[in-house]
Amino acid sequence: MELLQVENLSIELLPGKYQQAGRLLVKPVSFSIRAGEILALVGESGSGKSLTSLALMRLLPEALAIRSGRVQLAGTDVFDLTEAQMNSVRGRMAAMVFQEPQSSLNPVQTIEQQIGEVLRLHKGLSGAALREKIISLLHEVGINDAEQRLGWYPHQLSGGQKQRVVIAIALACEPQLLIADEPTTALDVTIQKQILELLNELRRKRQLAVLLITHDMGVVAQMADRVAVMRYGEIVEQAAAREFFAAPKHEYSRALIHSLPDRRHFLSAPAQSEPLLQLKDVRVWFAQRKGILQRVVGHTKAVDGISLSIGRGETLALVGESGSGKSTAGRAILSLEPLAGGELYFAGERIDQLSQRQFLPLRKRIQVIFQDPFSSMNPRMNVRDILAEGMIALKVEPDAEKREQRLQVLLQRVGLEVAHLDRFPHEFSGGQRQRLAIARAIAVEPELIICDEPTSALDVSIRGQVLQLLQELQQEMGLSYLFITHDLSIIPHLAHRVAVMKDGVIVEQGDTEQIMTAPQHDYTRSLLASVPVSPV
Amino acid sequence: MNELVSVMNELMSIKPVVLWSDVLIYILVVSLGLFFYQLSKNPLARQRWRTVFHSRAGVASFIVILFYLLIALLDSLHYRAPLEKTEGSDEVHYSQEVHSLLDVVLTELRNKDEKTYSAPFAIYSFAKENMQTDDGVVYRDFPRLANAGQHLESAAEHGMDIFVRSMKALLVAAFISAVIIGLHIAWRKRQHSLQSGLAGVRTLPWGTIYLTLSVLVLSCCWVLELSKVYHILGTDKVGQDVLYWSIKAIRTGVLIGTLATLLTLPLAIVLGISAGYFKGWVDDVVQYIYTTLSSIPGILLIAASVLLIDVYIETHPEQFNLVAVRADFKFLALCFILGMTSWTGLCRLLRAETLKVSQLDYVQAAHAFGVGHNRIIFRHILPNITHIILIALVLDFSVFVLAEAVLSYIGVGVDPSMASWGNMINEARSELSRDPVVWWSVAAAFVLMFVLVLAANLFSDRVRDAFDPRSA
Amino acid sequence: MLAYIIRRLLYALPILLGVNLLTFALFFMVNTPDQMARVQLGDKHVSAEAIEQWKAQRGYDKPLFINTAENSEGLLTDTIFFEKSARLFVFDFGKSDEGRVIGADISERMWPSLAVALPTFIIGISVNIVFALFVVMFRASVFDTAAMVLCVVLLSISGVFYILAGQYFFAKLWHLVPISGYLGGTDAIRFLILPVIIGVVAGIGGGTRLYRTLFLEEANKDYVRTARAKGVSETAVLFRHILPNGLIPILTSVVVVIPSLFMGSLLIESFFGIPGLGSYTLDAIQAQDFAIVRSMVFLGSVLYILGLILTDISYTLVDPRVRLS
Repeated sequence: MELLQVENLSIELLPGKYQQAGRLLVKPVSFSIRAGEILALVGESGSGKSLTSLALMRLLPEALAIRSGRVQLAGTDVFDLTEAQMNSVRGRMAAMVFQEPQSSLNPVQTIEQQIGEVLRLHKGLSGAALREKIISLLHEVGINDAEQRLGWYPHQLSGGQKQRVVIAIALACEPQLLIADEPTTALDVTIQKQILELLNELRRKRQLAVLLITHDMGVVAQMADRVAVMRYGEIVEQAAAREFFAAPKHEYSRALIHSLPDRRHFLSAPAQSEPLLQLKDVRVWFAQRKGILQRVVGHTKAVDGISLSIGRGETLALVGESGSGKSTAGRAILSLEPLAGGELYFAGERIDQLSQRQFLPLRKRIQVIFQDPFSSMNPRMNVRDILAEGMIALKVEPDAEKREQRLQVLLQRVGLEVAHLDRFPHEFSGGQRQRLAIARAIAVEPELIICDEPTSALDVSIRGQVLQLLQELQQEMGLSYLFITHDLSIIPHLAHRVAVMKDGVIVEQGDTEQIMTAPQHDYTRSLLASVPVSPV
Repeated sequence: MNELVSVMNELMSIKPVVLWSDVLIYILVVSLGLFFYQLSKNPLARQRWRTVFHSRAGVASFIVILFYLLIALLDSLHYRAPLEKTEGSDEVHYSQEVHSLLDVVLTELRNKDEKTYSAPFAIYSFAKENMQTDDGVVYRDFPRLANAGQHLESAAEHGMDIFVRSMKALLVAAFISAVIIGLHIAWRKRQHSLQSGLAGVRTLPWGTIYLTLSVLVLSCCWVLELSKVYHILGTDKVGQDVLYWSIKAIRTGVLIGTLATLLTLPLAIVLGISAGYFKGWVDDVVQYIYTTLSSIPGILLIAASVLLIDVYIETHPEQFNLVAVRADFKFLALCFILGMTSWTGLCRLLRAETLKVSQLDYVQAAHAFGVGHNRIIFRHILPNITHIILIALVLDFSVFVLAEAVLSYIGVGVDPSMASWGNMINEARSELSRDPVVWWSVAAAFVLMFVLVLAANLFSDRVRDAFDPRSA
Repeated sequence: MLAYIIRRLLYALPILLGVNLLTFALFFMVNTPDQMARVQLGDKHVSAEAIEQWKAQRGYDKPLFINTAENSEGLLTDTIFFEKSARLFVFDFGKSDEGRVIGADISERMWPSLAVALPTFIIGISVNIVFALFVVMFRASVFDTAAMVLCVVLLSISGVFYILAGQYFFAKLWHLVPISGYLGGTDAIRFLILPVIIGVVAGIGGGTRLYRTLFLEEANKDYVRTARAKGVSETAVLFRHILPNGLIPILTSVVVVIPSLFMGSLLIESFFGIPGLGSYTLDAIQAQDFAIVRSMVFLGSVLYILGLILTDISYTLVDPRVRLS
């Protein structure tokens, strides 16, 4: 028996201020979910997967409207209900979990109030019974000391705990359908694994039908019974998970599956030469101030004594979760953050004590690529000015004509066109912008590039292309990379060596193959265990 | 024809006067021109402005503001007329009165004084006078006005005359508008056939633009036609035409709205960016400065400063040989002080935005390329915080126009010799307590001010919608 | 918390010192007491004795900062700066140029000011919040658009117009309330009704519009979507979720003006003849009584800084996320 049946649902953007005609954002899509089944709706940003889920709950923003289609939930047609009837469906028959646990809880209400609201509303509970139910729910979603946490506000909880509370709210009235919209995207991998396990367990225990919306094929592989792939507002392929991974029919599905890590082939480290960059016991501390006179009472030790080295033509992946200090370490190498201690060597010379002026020659040799392709380029400058800025400042090519020629060559090398020189950043897609950022970095012919999560803001299908480009450039120019990332899945075919960072220290480092196959440290092991694996 | 010759003669012999505020308004107009030229080059900014001008309220209010600005500009080309030569002297002396191009346009209004109050469109005075009949009997009645409605044989023709003249003005206005709009539509058609490939591109709301223009043309025609024979807005206590003074006040209003922000803008920009970019002690000092200044209640700071300026002017009479120069000095000082009360807010915003922008990756990337501080500030920071400056400019405009009225009322506004809506409202205190009430002078000031402020508010709403990332 | 307040109070000192120095510079250095005396005495050709006498009567004949004629004790204290500016720190306002005791005037006249300003403030905010909520309830409808157009029109009208129109219709034409004046005790109510109504009406346009934006900002947040997904009705979402969150920025932004309510409103008080601090200041401005203006500048700064501190404290009271440190 299908619990949820969606037929020919389409969603349009209403004509408004900025465009005259309405536009279809979701073309007619159909799918269904049985009780106890997880359907993964997979797609990249802008594919219409989240809109579809909001439409099921009739929660579309005002500028959007349902154009056509029918949604049947346990036999009732959702679009026929009045708004009041719909309110008794939301939260009771169907519930939702959203992507951003940081913002999806009301900041000025306690956890008890927020979970209590839905129970009061649909179950009419109050007093001690209500309290008891809330506590048991919190236990069920794995929050310890539930009794003490009742009076807490959301900001007192960690991201993972907040998502557990959101799940508790969703499950409070025993819904039959749970819609989870990227429930783990904003969380660190180890937390991600716990939340996914929780969802899976609850699904089994309660015979929940789950619509799991995600862009992450790893999550799909781990969780889904069936898969529907969405692209440009259409479902391009729908199949049982096993069949889907074994024999994807659509080309796009194949590209998605291909983006999953391959744990059998590793890069072998290049022959060890003298290290290009060396960190010896590097520390970066931020002062904590307190009291009437704002005295320094202690330090936040963002980076607390790390040592590593990178050889020429080598890629070292610096892996860690958010807050581990990995990005701060990158900034310290670029002399954008002062050191609290330790030594930095580049090509044998000590560089941590140089003044900004003395550091200038090194800026040509050490370059950086940032995570967010949208904020890494000045929106007011065209591509020519953006690319040429470093060349001019570092006097790489003072001659305007020759510089223009080099810019053209550069653009073509990173897979863009000469005509793009006069365009502005906002005219490019995320992947194209990241290519521009790469072009900007290699324009000054550096020896080392610090790559700070360069692919984590990109859709999976684009990610592979950008990584491919980076590798080609490494071979052509003999570049070294310090690759800062939280994403273990991209490491095998990218890095020669891996350093794992936690709370400002490196807990383990070694060859990629050794780290990925035989990790020594517990933390590395738990990181690896939480990386979803391809079933094939 | 003769008139033209005499006007030409007069033009040859005048002595141009350039007040400081005139210079500033020229600069303002030139920089507006430059701004729109720059705009045509940056696609991102153009796209934003397109949303402003593609909204009907945005484009209509912009045209109204331009119209006010045009009047202000006309009123900022000043000169002194030569006096009749005295016997036996070749030296030319110039009048102590400073006039503007606008005065030339409005000569008829300027020179049609009555004795005292008269109501709008009235042909009789507001106050009774002793008069004599032809046979010498003295009686008391409302006298006919000297410069309004003399062509009327009797009061009975009054209403009909107004109607006929209004119709005439309507016809003329309709004709002028039709010619302008017709020509423009024809031109657009040609343009359109030249670049037919761009058929899908959304165009400006031309209907609204035509309508706004037509309304403006109509009001101009109507005012010009009827003011020939009537005081449309009546006359004030000393018999001067109220319409003339309320139009003259436009320059004051427009200038105070723009200059108050512009004069202190450099200060806000320099300090705000320095604080946000260099941080550390620079930040501490700047924060101290603006907290201190903003802790003084604005109106008291203005009052105190204006009092001091008055003292300065009174004790240094030698520097201000003309009434207009003195008024202009006081006016600029007032603009500057008004700006001093508001720049702190802008400075705070710019500091916060600079802090944000300088953390962005593209500034970090520039640091990684070894780009110098100046270049980073001018290429990366300044262009990306201009939207804040722009929003502050348009938001403050209406605030200052309204503030002028209040300040003049309190007695710390513009010089009493200067035409301003605030001064007109100030006089209303005694007028409103008369019986019957003299309402036209204060009403004229309120209406002209309201139209400008409403247009400015509507326009600033659109600008904010287009440029403020939060409202997007 | 306590440490924080102490730190804020300590931080207020240099700011007040700055205000003090600034007013001192404006009043005694940009224009010397000589010039002021000349203007006050009116005639351009006043005798030097008259000026000296005027200055001596008001204590403006002393040196600015350092009195070299005095011994160690009076070196710094027997100066204009100490007498006229430094004493303000202990709220010793001295005498006005007319010879009145400013401190006594202030403590007498702040109550009528408060009697107008406080009701205007409270009623004004409540009315604006109610209107804004009403508009938000019908957001993105014709009613919303019409209300916003009305707000823009209302806030484009000069404040003086509201006063003049109010006085003309309510007092002169319809004789509902006295046109101006003030009496103590319960009689005050008759005189307060009109100024309060006008103060409230004049603020509706701007206030409603601002609060609507604040509420709409909350309405677009994720937690509101969560609440809707729970099945909470639209009205309950508005009152239980949007309102409490939207009130935080509203309350904390108005707290700053609360101490300044004592200062009254220049415009309203002078139009309605209310003997408060606003009209007191205005009279001083028009009579060019610099001593009073100076005192009011200092008092205004003190109250503003007090408002800033209160703002921070109010954040901790209404927003569980904020804890002062």
